[in-house]
Amino acid sequence: MKQRWIAYPYIVWMVIFILVPLLLVVFYSVTTVTDEGIQFSLEHFKRFLEPVYLIVLLRSIYLAFISTVICLVLGYPMAMILASKDISKKQFIVLLFILPMWMNFLLRTYAWMTLLENSGLINTFLSFIGLPNLNLLYNHQAVVLGMVYNFLPFMVLPIYSVLSKIDKSIIEAAQDLGANNFIVFRRIIFPLSLPGVMSGITMVFMPSVTTFVISRLLGGGQYTLIGNLIEQQFLYVGDWNFGSALSVILIIIILLSMGVMSKYDKEHEGGGLW
Amino acid sequence: MVTRLMKKFYILIIFAFLYAPIFVLIVFSFNNSKSRGNWNGFTLKWYMELLRDRQILSALYYTVIIAIISSLIATIIGTMAAIGIHNMSKWKQSLIMNITYLPVLNPDIVTGISLMILFIFMKMQLGFFSMLLAHITFNIPYVILSVMPKLKQLNKHLYEAALDLGATPWYAFKRVIIPEIMPGIITGALLAFTLSLDDFVISFFTTGSGVSNLSITIYSMARRGINPEINALSSLMFISVLSLLIIINKRMSKDNSVKENA
Repeated sequence: MKQRWIAYPYIVWMVIFILVPLLLVVFYSVTTVTDEGIQFSLEHFKRFLEPVYLIVLLRSIYLAFISTVICLVLGYPMAMILASKDISKKQFIVLLFILPMWMNFLLRTYAWMTLLENSGLINTFLSFIGLPNLNLLYNHQAVVLGMVYNFLPFMVLPIYSVLSKIDKSIIEAAQDLGANNFIVFRRIIFPLSLPGVMSGITMVFMPSVTTFVISRLLGGGQYTLIGNLIEQQFLYVGDWNFGSALSVILIIIILLSMGVMSKYDKEHEGGGLW
Repeated sequence: MVTRLMKKFYILIIFAFLYAPIFVLIVFSFNNSKSRGNWNGFTLKWYMELLRDRQILSALYYTVIIAIISSLIATIIGTMAAIGIHNMSKWKQSLIMNITYLPVLNPDIVTGISLMILFIFMKMQLGFFSMLLAHITFNIPYVILSVMPKLKQLNKHLYEAALDLGATPWYAFKRVIIPEIMPGIITGALLAFTLSLDDFVISFFTTGSGVSNLSITIYSMARRGINPEINALSSLMFISVLSLLIIINKRMSKDNSVKENA
């Protein structure tokens, strides 16, 4: 049982398929091919500072931020209801809540395409009752809707699990001491649920800021996010250096936001990157 | 009483939001007309076409095969790695665990393109094999992270007791250690299997022409617009997921009642 060698296959695997690829990305991001061969250069990062690309980054962060806020506003009450005792068949309801998550991610996004498109169900209904058609697909709102729809459970579940672990006697003690429901929520329940809120925010914000599928299917070609930009660089433009620089920037954003979030997460057990 | 009604109402609204799109997809998979707006009568033709669609059938085949092979290999490598790492010195342990967290924390798109660069750099043909390697790579960390806690709970003296009673190290490993950490191994394997089934982004960048999984096929079909075959596929997938969850739930509640009676 003291044999350490049985971890060696993994270590070799890890070096080849985790470390080397990331080093290659970093390598491509800081080099450029000139007539004299490969040279060190920061021009790809400089190019990113052009307004065209900065707008893409800001748009990604902005849309992800809005989706996260909507998920929090919609999800927190839902988590509280799921965690409260006076709901019958609670297990079944939690199960029903998780079920859509098990559907393929692309099918869930596609489902909204069929609802929102110009000849889709919502517009058919609108013209049926005599209202003018709306342009629902291929705009900011559709992208945000897709993010909220796909990532809402990621907000609800961590908050729910923290809330259901809260010691009920603390709440009773506060009520005995004369606190009303609002004060109990503000001074006890909400502060105790913060770790769940923080991990919920991270789990919604991260996939939203990096997605390229939702923006492609629901936003059409117009609403390019940083994920789409990276995809384009690698698959269509073939500019690996610029694409790698974008990836490095994306990693930095993710690490920064996780660093900020984990400051609030005191219960985090060591072993993670932060 | 009023708050209870409000809670029920809120749950209803959220569930309507979550289920309405899926419900619409399922209903329109039986629609005779190709356009979404009008109902032209009941039909099963989209299901028949789905079953005859070579592209979707081959995608289904690759999805399942890759999920099985990658979760199997990832479980073996990951379990061995977890046991080995568990016995290493503190700083080596935390170094390796930090690197193990990288694919979990990294955005999928970065993992995808970094592996794509590696495969092209190594002059490997992108296709089935590269996609399989990518799936194994992103699965292993989840296996390690599931097995590690079980190893930490393990009583060290169990293994020594087995040796004292005359077991060879291999026998003790097989009959003492493995059964003790089995729940973690199974969780890790199931996690790896479902992640592999559902993956889109990493597969999208690491596969080549001719080989695609279900997610990639759906993406390329959806990009071209609405296709009733996808609706048929969705309802089949929804029904299989639903029945799977019901079975799991039944079994879990049965286990609980057995435990309570005992």
